[in-house]
Amino acid sequence: MIDKRVRAVTDALDGVKDGAVVLVGGFGMVGHPMGLIDGLIELGLRDLTIVCNNAGTGTEGLPKLMDRRQIRRIICSFPRTSDVFSREFAAGRLELEIVPQGTLVERLRAAGAGIGGFYTRTGARTLLAHGKEERMIDGHPHILESPLRGDVAILEAWEGDRWGNLIYRQAGRNFNPVMAAAAALTVAQVTHLSDGALHPEHVGTPGIFVDRVVQVATSVGVHA
Amino acid sequence: MSEPRLDRAALARRAAQDIPDGWYVNLGIGIPTQIADHVPAGREVVFHSENGVLGMGPAPKPGEEEPWLINAGKKYVTLREGGSYFHHADSFMMIRGGHLDLAVLGALEVSQTGDIANWSTSANDTAPAVGGAMDLAVGAKRVWVVMEHTTRDGRSKLVRQCSYPLTAFAAVSRVYTNLAVLDVTAAGFAVVELQPGVSFDDLQARTDAPVRA
Repeated sequence: MIDKRVRAVTDALDGVKDGAVVLVGGFGMVGHPMGLIDGLIELGLRDLTIVCNNAGTGTEGLPKLMDRRQIRRIICSFPRTSDVFSREFAAGRLELEIVPQGTLVERLRAAGAGIGGFYTRTGARTLLAHGKEERMIDGHPHILESPLRGDVAILEAWEGDRWGNLIYRQAGRNFNPVMAAAAALTVAQVTHLSDGALHPEHVGTPGIFVDRVVQVATSVGVHA
Repeated sequence: MSEPRLDRAALARRAAQDIPDGWYVNLGIGIPTQIADHVPAGREVVFHSENGVLGMGPAPKPGEEEPWLINAGKKYVTLREGGSYFHHADSFMMIRGGHLDLAVLGALEVSQTGDIANWSTSANDTAPAVGGAMDLAVGAKRVWVVMEHTTRDGRSKLVRQCSYPLTAFAAVSRVYTNLAVLDVTAAGFAVVELQPGVSFDDLQARTDAPVRA
């Protein structure tokens, strides 16, 4: 019988190693798996590469992980949300790759969909095109972007079931359904863990993309 | 000549007049965000927020915030009737696939060929952040810029060539400033309308790039 539910956050992250590439869902604090990030902190994992739209806010979550020097490199579109990020980056303790938001999600999507790369107009002939192949398509310069795959994806959804199906709430979808398909191991924290099956018409991420589901009280609305 | 001829709310109201009924529109952070408050009565304009909201409405009343419903500026918003939620791949498919009728952005500089710089003030930026700016600038069917005409120290933001790192080249078709409305044409900036109390000579004197009447 399939049962992807696990009881503890540390069990949910079992097997994640130092140096892992970790895809972290969320836009701002919404759909952002604070409980699983606390798990990374608790496990003391080091040398992580974090892929996330933002670099967190305040002092909890990603900023705490940065403060404890557990992150080596961050790949994101808009890190200017955290004072801890700014301090660590300025001190040269954090590598940064800035990726336009649409290119970030499309690189993740490509990884999840088995696509070896794509050409996009976004970023062509800007600083972010540096070192990338340019090709003219339909009269416009496009640049070649590569897939972005994670060793593990950590997500936050509203509701989950034992098959790993996930339902999202409002703007909580954001990167989560795309990252779900883009990692070797996908772990979701959910506010509600259903005893029965989720309504198939409402499922936002089908269980095939999800390996483990853990119930954690959400931080949405708790942290600004 | 004293600044400004139009305050920020008036500037947002002026730009809102030109958005037709039925358009799908993304508004950038800053003055563009205020445009949503000034859509003329009787027009239905659907606002897109890149974090995954179509049909975004105004801020909720105090005490009625939905914690999971925020906009791209991470502020609480509401959803209008007919609205929807979706993930980022769909959201940026809307943006990059040319499905938005309009993106209205703020800018540090706009060049006479429609180049826009709005994400970084230096090639050695100490904390660069781009968000969805580059996607919006190349992907929307048209891009308007709403901004102050000059910097605080009086430098023109309408320039011959951008000095800051580009967000996108040849992207902007129209600029709304506190002094004028201008189109970006094959021959450079052309005046559509001068704000009240601004003469053409005033405008040219405060604009780095040549302006056509």
